[in-house]
Amino acid sequence: MDSAAGSSLAAAPTLKVYKPRDKTRLGMDRFWTSLCVGVSFLTLIPLFSIVYLVLRNGLELLRPNVFTDLPPAPGVEGGGFGNAIEGTIVMVIIALVLAAPLGTCSAIYICEYDRRSRLAGMVRFIAKLLTGIPSIICGVFAYAVVVITTGGFSALAGGVALAVLVLPTVLLTAEQALLGVPNALREAAYGLGSTRFQTIFRIVLPEALPAIMTGIMLAVARAAGETAPILFTALFSEYWLQSIMQPAASLSVLIYNFSGLPYPHQIKLAWTASLVLVALVTLANVTAQVVFSKRVPGRKRFKMGWFLNIRRPGN
Amino acid sequence: MDDTRTAQRATGTGNAKPGPVTTPAMSTGSTDKVMIDVEGLDFHYGPSKALHGVTLKIPERKVTAFIGPSGCGKSTLLRCFNRMNDLIDHAEVTAGLIRIQETDINDPAVDVIELRRRVGMVFQKSNPFPKSIYENIAYGLRISGIRDKRVIDETVERSLQGAALWDEVKDRLHTSALGLSGGQQQRLCIARAVAVQPEVILMDEPCSALDPIATAKVEDLICTLTDRFTIVIVTHNMQQAARVSDMTAFFYLGRLIEFDRTDKLFSNPSQKQTEDYISGRFG
Ligand SMILES: Nc1ncnc2c1ncn2[C@@H]1O[C@H](COP(=O)(O)OP(=O)(O)OP(=O)(O)O)[C@@H](O)[C@H]1O
Ligand SMILES: [Mg+2]
Repeated sequence: MDSAAGSSLAAAPTLKVYKPRDKTRLGMDRFWTSLCVGVSFLTLIPLFSIVYLVLRNGLELLRPNVFTDLPPAPGVEGGGFGNAIEGTIVMVIIALVLAAPLGTCSAIYICEYDRRSRLAGMVRFIAKLLTGIPSIICGVFAYAVVVITTGGFSALAGGVALAVLVLPTVLLTAEQALLGVPNALREAAYGLGSTRFQTIFRIVLPEALPAIMTGIMLAVARAAGETAPILFTALFSEYWLQSIMQPAASLSVLIYNFSGLPYPHQIKLAWTASLVLVALVTLANVTAQVVFSKRVPGRKRFKMGWFLNIRRPGN
Repeated sequence: MDDTRTAQRATGTGNAKPGPVTTPAMSTGSTDKVMIDVEGLDFHYGPSKALHGVTLKIPERKVTAFIGPSGCGKSTLLRCFNRMNDLIDHAEVTAGLIRIQETDINDPAVDVIELRRRVGMVFQKSNPFPKSIYENIAYGLRISGIRDKRVIDETVERSLQGAALWDEVKDRLHTSALGLSGGQQQRLCIARAVAVQPEVILMDEPCSALDPIATAKVEDLICTLTDRFTIVIVTHNMQQAARVSDMTAFFYLGRLIEFDRTDKLFSNPSQKQTEDYISGRFG
């Protein structure tokens, strides 16, 4: 080989790119690849079995009347859970109205204004601690702050509990979203004579919005499904919501209550409520993705990738 | 050199109408007035000193090139001129003065926002906003409060023509700027800087990511811009410095080694280090 390379052009060495004769390297490669593929299929099993179970058991009672009727008394057939859907939606909206602006503004502060200040560090640290907070603690907090001071269980208290629960997630995902905006864009904006406010609201925020929305939608999904913080803040109600200062029904508490009852009809209704809850969360997610996905001019608005949260490099 | 420059593409720059941002100080047309006057400038990044007593006078409506080996402080000095270094923590001017049109720009009374409007910047990596081509140019006008659609339309067209980009994009003004090629994006960034009618345009290696053809276009563009703007350009490409600039400053290890007319500096440098560098013996 050495002499061939050195002697002349005619005897140019051949490039050795054939598969190695020892099969172990190839074997290992195949082994790890198939292991990863196999394991990712395994993770799909619980996901799909949940969807399957909910569909199988929940479809039976899925009639228009479940959306409009009030829950039946124990042992009674018929009825629905319209007030629970209403309550869940109202409380999630209260939670969002509180948590989304607070979380996003704090993220803007710790990211765009004072990245290295002590206050920013503290906010970031506490938010990270709070992401792991047991949801029941949020309930206790809202109980102490809202239920006791206003003198009763209410949808508002439930909403506050959910807001406290999701605030750290919203804040931290919004921070990540802002950090993901390339600095070159900020420099371009400042270089043209933008104020900090203009840079943030005209350039940085629009660029980060899809990712911030993803965080908020995760929060919605989490809030809509929570039972513990609602249990002793909003309690439950057999009736339609008259005002947010009254106890409110919710899908999660209804599922919790009905699935423990000894009546088959109530248990089926709990399955249907589960199905509706899953569907609601998915619907909210898809809508947000379509509405808030990045509107780059000249590009089609909706792609499956957005729904699945796939972000291609470069965009 | 000056002859070839005026002969090069005269795309729309000759009939420059007064822009929306009026610049009264520009109305006098003397040739060798000093635009940027740097005196004994020291600059620190935290504890490390990046510039040592730099003193130079950058003439008005000329192209001034900064050359020198990597890390010698060219970008640092350039970013001092529009105080972009304010955005970096612990980075500050520790001694000396920078005057732009007689104003000390580090004076606390100076409005940095206005300064950056007067001293525009084009970056090494093109950084168009993820908006349409039209909105990229319009941005600078919108943030200074201009709403009149006619004025904006006119400025967009004039700036794109000035950047020799109009013919390539006039049918797709409202499509994303990210769909342009690298060279087109860089010219768009130049057009964006031109649109706000600054006095000075700073360019930090504007061609380093471009192929020779795109580079040639940007160089042509730089040459046509000198009748209205003072341009300071950082480049690693010696031929480029020789082609486009009137004055050249050579930096080494944070110090200004030599500053002279470009033809003089390249043909007959007075410092040994300059000669070594331009002849490729180090750097
Ligand atoms: N943000 C920063 N923080 C700390 N030090 C920095 C920073 N930016 C630059 N420096 C240092 O300052 C010195 C000058 O850097 P500068 O970027 O001005 O060099 P340059 O001449 O532009 O180099 P190049 O040709 O590679 O762009 C270098 O030693 C560099 O390490
Ligand atoms: Mg540099």
